[in-house]
Amino acid sequence: MNLLAYMRGLAAKFFRTSETAEEMDEELRSHLQFRADDLERSGMSRAEAERRARIEFGGLARYREECHEAQGGRLLSGLLQDARFAARVLRKSPGFLIAAVLTLALAIGANAVVFGIMSALIIRPLNVPRSENFYGIENGNDHVGSQSYPDYLDLRDRNHSFEQLAGFGMFQVVVDTGQDPSRHWDYETTGNYFDALGIPPYLGRVYHGSDERGPNSAPYVVLSYGYWHTHFHDDRSVLGRVIRLNKHPYTVIGVTPPEFHGTILFFSPDFFVPIINHEQLDGQDLHTNRGVHWIFEVVGHLKPGVTYAQATADLNAIDAYLERAYPKEEGHKGFSLQRPGLYGSFLGRPVRAFVAGLTLLSGLILLAACANLGSLFAARASDRSREIALRLALGSSRSRILRQSLTEAVIISLLGGASGLLLGVVILRRLAAWQPFPSVPIHVPLNPDASVYVVALLLALVSGFLFGVVPVRQVLRTNPYEVVKAGTNAGAGKRISVRDVLLVVQISICAVLVTSSLVAVRGLMRSLSSSFGFEPRNAMLVDTNLALAGYSGDSVYPMERRMIDALESVPGVESVGMVNFPPLGRGGSWTNNVFKDETRDLSQSNAAAVAYLYSTSPGFLQAAKVTLLSGRTFTWHDDGNRPLIAVVNQEFARRILGSEKDALGRYFRLQNGGRVQVVGVVQDGKYLSLTEDRKPAMFLPAMQLNPLNEVWFVVRSSRDPAQLSAAIRNALHSTDAGLPLDIETWSRELDFTLFPSRVATVSLGVLGMMGAMLSITGILGMAAYSVSKRFKELGIRVALGAKRREVLQAALGRAIKLLAVGSAAGLLLGVLASRVLAYIVYQATPRDPLVLACVVLAMLLLGLVATWIPAQRALSIDPMVLLREE
Amino acid sequence: MNNQAQILPGTLDLLILKAVSLGPLHGYGILLRIGQISGQSLLIEQGALYPALFRLVRQGVLKPSWGISENNRRAKFYELTAAGRKRFREEADGWNKLAAAMAAALAARAE
Repeated sequence: MNLLAYMRGLAAKFFRTSETAEEMDEELRSHLQFRADDLERSGMSRAEAERRARIEFGGLARYREECHEAQGGRLLSGLLQDARFAARVLRKSPGFLIAAVLTLALAIGANAVVFGIMSALIIRPLNVPRSENFYGIENGNDHVGSQSYPDYLDLRDRNHSFEQLAGFGMFQVVVDTGQDPSRHWDYETTGNYFDALGIPPYLGRVYHGSDERGPNSAPYVVLSYGYWHTHFHDDRSVLGRVIRLNKHPYTVIGVTPPEFHGTILFFSPDFFVPIINHEQLDGQDLHTNRGVHWIFEVVGHLKPGVTYAQATADLNAIDAYLERAYPKEEGHKGFSLQRPGLYGSFLGRPVRAFVAGLTLLSGLILLAACANLGSLFAARASDRSREIALRLALGSSRSRILRQSLTEAVIISLLGGASGLLLGVVILRRLAAWQPFPSVPIHVPLNPDASVYVVALLLALVSGFLFGVVPVRQVLRTNPYEVVKAGTNAGAGKRISVRDVLLVVQISICAVLVTSSLVAVRGLMRSLSSSFGFEPRNAMLVDTNLALAGYSGDSVYPMERRMIDALESVPGVESVGMVNFPPLGRGGSWTNNVFKDETRDLSQSNAAAVAYLYSTSPGFLQAAKVTLLSGRTFTWHDDGNRPLIAVVNQEFARRILGSEKDALGRYFRLQNGGRVQVVGVVQDGKYLSLTEDRKPAMFLPAMQLNPLNEVWFVVRSSRDPAQLSAAIRNALHSTDAGLPLDIETWSRELDFTLFPSRVATVSLGVLGMMGAMLSITGILGMAAYSVSKRFKELGIRVALGAKRREVLQAALGRAIKLLAVGSAAGLLLGVLASRVLAYIVYQATPRDPLVLACVVLAMLLLGLVATWIPAQRALSIDPMVLLREE
Repeated sequence: MNNQAQILPGTLDLLILKAVSLGPLHGYGILLRIGQISGQSLLIEQGALYPALFRLVRQGVLKPSWGISENNRRAKFYELTAAGRKRFREEADGWNKLAAAMAAALAARAE
């Protein structure tokens, strides 16, 4: 407690140097001198006289404090005095202090973390100047923000609402700075991107709209501060240097400010490149293609004075024009404005739901902690009822006693709040530095700022007052004479006390937490074991891009064929397939409009469905273990010279072809007019996310489509992944050593898709554990208290020959009854609350007998653990010892 | 010693006002004066005087000022303010009435 003493000294110096305090001391000293003078005159020695004077004066410290109080108005020193007194009292019961501070620290820590997350993801806007009128445009049909380049140009040039409208997308490029070439993520942005955002360069310059002078005309690269810092070591001479992106020379012209991380939360790019050079980097010219929505999002500042509604109306006028002018390509179904950063409602909705769920649960934790502390305080107050009664009888005022118990509460809440905040900040820092996927620059922008501190402190103080108020009623109602007369056992009445209610509330809250976390965990387990429609186990994925090794056009297919042959010759490989994007992969998915065979007008509005399109090699369905239900798969003969064919899934057959049974041999049409015959039907699967409904999907032979540079190979083999991936690398590099390769097991690749539900499950699991811990301390406190309170009674029962069971029943019956009531209420509430969880966690259903059984079991276990120690204590009562002592 | 009476709650203020009404005094002087005018029959714990003094100062009844005592010690002297004099008169009247009534009541005999 040295620290405490030091702090106290400091505080005393700070607050008590007021001259009145010194004056008071001087006055009291002079009194003692006068008295000593008189006593000396009556014949005593000076020393003896001074001693006598002090004795006659009475308790100097007490009178000094009373004088302070009599002076009144000195709020600060009064508070300090209360604080000193409370600290003294609290030091005498360290168990209580530790339990209370820990409970609160847990709750405040959890809330600080959750608030930090909420502040980072929802409250705090993107780090863009004038962020209050900065918006992204979202499509009405698919609720994402992606646009084709011609769409972007129309939006940019035809709107009257935005100052400037910029577009961007994320792409991977191979960077060669002269040393080791490596893959990095960049933003390809329109030339006006930085001007539209209002981001000035940190170093050098940024590019502008005027730099765009036709395709591939702006070979410039602007580095992010982080990339410049880690890869160029803050070297200012980097400006003007030429680095090679996918083997093409680009000039470094500037560096963005350190606090700018792009316009998508989570995803900070390493550098920025003009989108006008996309064809050069990617090998595909998409600038004139209206059907490919490859611009990730279109963003800009609204002009001053333009309202949200005006801007939306303006955009919808453009949409109407687009649908009139290009009925085949356009089908946005309206535009709306969204806060950028979370990709409109695509990410925004689940993120908001997740954060709302977290907030709710952490709020419940705080409430449970308050209830816990409330019952601790109430128990303490009733333990101290004798002391309080004595003090009241001796003339202390009720308000003074109340003030003291409130001060204790505030001290505990400050201690708990401070330690909880510390915990929270450490966790937030950890989370911010966390990189779940090495290959993707996921960056969670969690920087605990002042608002986090303020909120944590406020929560701590508010909860301090909440539980500090609990014993007030008890103090106010204390009748000193009754209590002193009756001794400690008074008031152990049978009626329902505040404490009981608090305990039930707390236990039911904890049961809610336990229920929701179990529901979440169970949901994740199910989603992991559910059918994806393919088999990720014992399969490797190889991601490559032939354009990066210099292939294009007609040289692509022969090379891909060679690669497949090379892979098939690897020992232990059972089958090999090639696909544009693997289902549930992080590359996303291709979708395409499909039309019924009889449809002649291929406008967007006539489309029968939007289906996932997989461009596959003959071996893909086999390698991915997609179950073929009827018909056949492809062969190498199904190439561009043969009629178009497809394998479709069950949902496709039902939705577009009418029925699954007679789907074989029937035709449908693609957006480009191609008439495709169905030759096989496969089972349904998951394609973009685990939580999606059944979606139509089609698998087409790659050789009947345009050649693709970026492809994935699925290699099925039960060999050890490490050995296998080395063998795969060797085999592929024997065909061309310049191929960039990312080799990973399919299960690992799925981590990316499962990441959100994993995070949700882990956080819910942690919150559930905290709930369980809180309920243990709550029940433990209550049970221990009820045992110690009735020690004498129990002793008499034992002396009269009560059996162990009866003693236990007397001691803990009430606690267990409360536990049962609380758990039942909590279980019910938890089942209701889990409906909310179903939004976040796939297949989270509370109506699962296993989950319900687990909750009941968990609460039983918690009760058992928490009542174990008090029960032991009750059983070990020795009536002789007890009766002798009393 | 047993002929000393414990003072009743609330009477300390009145005694202090009485003592100070005879002229400015420091704390110890007030104690001596009360002893002297009550014929040493009222017992006040010395320390208890000061909270009362501070309270009276805060109520604006007494005015404190630092000075030098007869034996050359620095001390804080108290004197009545105008409000103090008024309060002293009122409380003294009230006390006298109460005391007379009490005395009459206690003197009554059965008829």
